[in-house]
Amino acid sequence: MSRARIVNDLLRPLRDTTWRFYALVAVLAGIVALGAGTWVYQMSQGLGLAGIRWPVFWAFYVTNFVFWIGISHAGTLISAILRLVNAQWRRPVTRCAEVITVFALMIGALFPLIHLGRPWLFFYLIPYPSERGIWPNFRSPLVWDFFAIMTYLIGSTLFLFLPTIPDFALVRDTSTGWRRRLYGGLAIGWRGTPQQWHCLESAMQIMAIAIVPVAVSVHTIVSFDFSMTPVPMWHSTIFGPYFVTGAIFSGIAALIVAMAMLRRLLRLEEYLHRVHFENLGKLLLLMSLLWTYFIFAERLTVWYGNESSEMVVLRSTQHGEFAPLYWTMIGCNFIVPFTILSIRRLRTISGCVVASVAVLAGMWIERFLIIVPSLAHKYLPYSWGVYRPRPVEILITISTFAGMGLLYALFSKFVPIISIWELKAGESHAGAQG
Amino acid sequence: MNGIYALYADAISAEHAVEALHTAGVVDRDIVVMSSEPIDVATLRRERSTGLFWIAAAGGGVGGLVGLWLTTATARAWPLVTGGMPIVAWWPTLIVVFELTMLGGMLATATALIVTAKLLRRGSALNSPEIADARILVGVENPPDDMVGAMERALGAGCRRVIS
Repeated sequence: MSRARIVNDLLRPLRDTTWRFYALVAVLAGIVALGAGTWVYQMSQGLGLAGIRWPVFWAFYVTNFVFWIGISHAGTLISAILRLVNAQWRRPVTRCAEVITVFALMIGALFPLIHLGRPWLFFYLIPYPSERGIWPNFRSPLVWDFFAIMTYLIGSTLFLFLPTIPDFALVRDTSTGWRRRLYGGLAIGWRGTPQQWHCLESAMQIMAIAIVPVAVSVHTIVSFDFSMTPVPMWHSTIFGPYFVTGAIFSGIAALIVAMAMLRRLLRLEEYLHRVHFENLGKLLLLMSLLWTYFIFAERLTVWYGNESSEMVVLRSTQHGEFAPLYWTMIGCNFIVPFTILSIRRLRTISGCVVASVAVLAGMWIERFLIIVPSLAHKYLPYSWGVYRPRPVEILITISTFAGMGLLYALFSKFVPIISIWELKAGESHAGAQG
Repeated sequence: MNGIYALYADAISAEHAVEALHTAGVVDRDIVVMSSEPIDVATLRRERSTGLFWIAAAGGGVGGLVGLWLTTATARAWPLVTGGMPIVAWWPTLIVVFELTMLGGMLATATALIVTAKLLRRGSALNSPEIADARILVGVENPPDDMVGAMERALGAGCRRVIS
């Protein structure tokens, strides 16, 4: 494929705007506005509008927090690993993935604020000297969350921004007027000298090496929010790797869905090929098997231990009030992806998308089932309770999905969603290989 | 500010132009090479050690020390007894130290990239939208008048002069 064609195709979404784009943005912005309005209403009326009641104080909002932080593992982690192993097929995939990380982290980090009830006091979490004479307690996992998410968000934003600089310069050099000024600013003086390319490649190698352990630590620390607490089925050593596996699992699913939508909406069929979906589908299948292994190990240990308080939670999910959700989760996270992705004939783009949508639903349910059944069945029966989600929680949850879509749509409108220079370098590499 | 440059369709032609400029007496540091993708030809890459790894490691060290100070000194300044744990508990401290070490390393890498790649500087006299079409620019900024002729010959047909 010629360089001129690559540039033309991948800059087309930045230059041409169709009515479909405006319609999509209007619909998504409408849903986000509805969610924002609901949040404001909840702030004005109090957190009692949500369904969270003693003893279930963590429910939809914390489920969403864990879910979105998990989704954020799609991008930077996968992109970093593919860069480190120099997988050539990564080139059209990396930026689509890295964007998911940044936006999912931003959305995920919003939920502790929503859950605060009085979000304007969020700065109490931040360590800085103040006249209040209080200080964050470094022995609290919630403070570890703050540091981990902050590090991952800053690192992921840099990991997304640095390799985008040459593409900003490309847009600058092929534009006029306000676009030239805007992208000139974003390109921060990039000229494309050999020394600049060398520095960028070195920096991306270091960033890729650094971001992988940070990504692993983030979801491990999110799991510590639970496993540091003596609540039945939470206080478990398996939670760290179990959460990280689930995060990568849901992240890959989100990436496949995002890539399929970009492929269709931005007409990128010649860049996002079946092989990209097939490779990610194989990774998804591997993560499905790993996730199943972890959930089996967790359930077996609890069942074999036969500790009464844990058995109550286990029974409530296996054949009690949460059983329908539990078996739906098993279907979505194991049966559907295993069936579709292990049969080569079914591992098509559509097949991968169906499996990924199932995994996303299944992983959201999994986060819910980790939180609510345990809190609803603490050690003594007097402290048992029930949780029913209320409309405000459901609306805010739906609006965050729309928010993700909106941010993604706007990003792909202003930034080449596939790295142009990396794709061109890939063409050179393929040419050199003959 | 002025310059002289030519555009080449492939790295081999650009490499020949650089060699011709060397023969004409132009030293490496005066030759500008620009491309819209990394070039794999050794003569053109002219890689110098950037020291980025060591800068990142130093940044990580500083970040780690900040994390250590934040968790130990401030916890002692505001002592809170929690769950029978010591005021400075090493297990949680290691988590914060780790995160700030990695943050320091990544911020140092990004900052070092900006400095070593000479970003955030004013634009060059040499630039062409044709670089976007995979053309490689080879040129010299502010060439001495007595060498312009030799440089034009070295860069070959299609050589352009920019005066701004």
